[in-house]
Amino acid sequence: MSSSRILTLVTGGIFYFLFQVLILKNLVLFGIAFCFLYIFFILLLPVQVKTIPTLLISFILGLGVDLFYDTMGIHTAALVAVGFIRYRWLQVLVPTGGYDDDLMPSILNMGFGWFLSYSLPLILIHHSIFFYIESLGTDLFMSSVQKIIGSAIFVFIMSIIVQLLLYRRRRGI
Amino acid sequence: MQRILLFLYKIRAFLLFVLLEVIAIWMITSHNSQQGAAFFNSSNQLIGSMLGAQNDVVEYFSLSSVNKSLVDKNAELLAELEKLRQPADSVFIELDSLLSSTFQFKGAKVINNSLRLTQNHLTINKGSNHGIKQGMGVFNEEGVVGRVKNVSKNYASIISLLHTELLISSKIKSNDVFGSTKWDGNNPKMAKLMYVPRHVVVEKGDKIVTSGYNAVFPEGIPIGTVVEIKPGPETNYLDITIELATDFSKISYVYLVENFQQQELDSLYQSTGLKYE
Repeated sequence: MSSSRILTLVTGGIFYFLFQVLILKNLVLFGIAFCFLYIFFILLLPVQVKTIPTLLISFILGLGVDLFYDTMGIHTAALVAVGFIRYRWLQVLVPTGGYDDDLMPSILNMGFGWFLSYSLPLILIHHSIFFYIESLGTDLFMSSVQKIIGSAIFVFIMSIIVQLLLYRRRRGI
Repeated sequence: MQRILLFLYKIRAFLLFVLLEVIAIWMITSHNSQQGAAFFNSSNQLIGSMLGAQNDVVEYFSLSSVNKSLVDKNAELLAELEKLRQPADSVFIELDSLLSSTFQFKGAKVINNSLRLTQNHLTINKGSNHGIKQGMGVFNEEGVVGRVKNVSKNYASIISLLHTELLISSKIKSNDVFGSTKWDGNNPKMAKLMYVPRHVVVEKGDKIVTSGYNAVFPEGIPIGTVVEIKPGPETNYLDITIELATDFSKISYVYLVENFQQQELDSLYQSTGLKYE
């Protein structure tokens, strides 16, 4: 990766982070649909980023989000799990002919169907871990399930909008 | 030996994953104890200042409702003052000031708030420099808000009443029966009043206020009104649902209360083996 590419990625990360903790934090639809858009920074890293760098990036990003949400460690635990699975999941979903180098697995590059099957399971894993830990010690199973499904749908739609508006084909942000 | 090392190298990603998860879980457990490490939360200096800057922009949108509630509170206090003002012809006996001023009040601005999680917190823009201490009670003009959890120099984080592990000692205003208010994690407008025995007669619309037993809050700060009474799943207690007096979605300014005799009370409770929540 060239250094200018890394610079765009870092700027993108900071943008995702600030957008999440300053604006999206206060946005909860119908009391159940949270918008954890910052996951998509991890999901949209270029495909050749391997597991170890992904893990470290997700740890730092999760920690930052946790500090603002006052949910110490919960976002981190959920996001690190996503970072661990991401590379393997990409290998499972590899299209015929393989990935191009330096490809961003966004909806513009890969198409809607592929993107849906790539991102939705990862979102669900993240949300399940987050809301499960978050509601530990209470008997709120049903409301957690509502929150998981509501938030997953909301954040998926939100990410499509963001990608269509702010991303370019082939190269990021 | 070489094989073991080679194997470990092969699964290095997995090992790192386990390590990071363990760190995360350690943070979750240590934070959930009532007094977490002061650095890792929103009362941290840097995070507090960022939240403060954000709040400087957002607060303008709620100014009119804030003004209205402050005016209402002022009117209420003026009426109370009028009641207390001594008539010109009566004999006035001054109480010893040591007895009268057990509580001290402070004001602060809320810069961060959540209400949709099961464990919600607030952040305020005052800290140890302004005399805020751990464990102080927090309320606003409508009713109880929570308790101070962590304090940094200029910011403090507060466990909201909307936190499934916070119990507030409370009583029914009409008949002085006491219980504990606890949020059940569902609806940010409702909470439960627990440990009220079955023989007690509770009516819909009864006011619930702080009891003053645990010395965090002075007696009589509103908590909510009873909306539903059911025989509880446990045989001894009623299942009472109350509507909270505080609208948590609109909190912008809060008052903090400190009890000067808290330490004395705590050590007394400890030496007698009593524990109050």
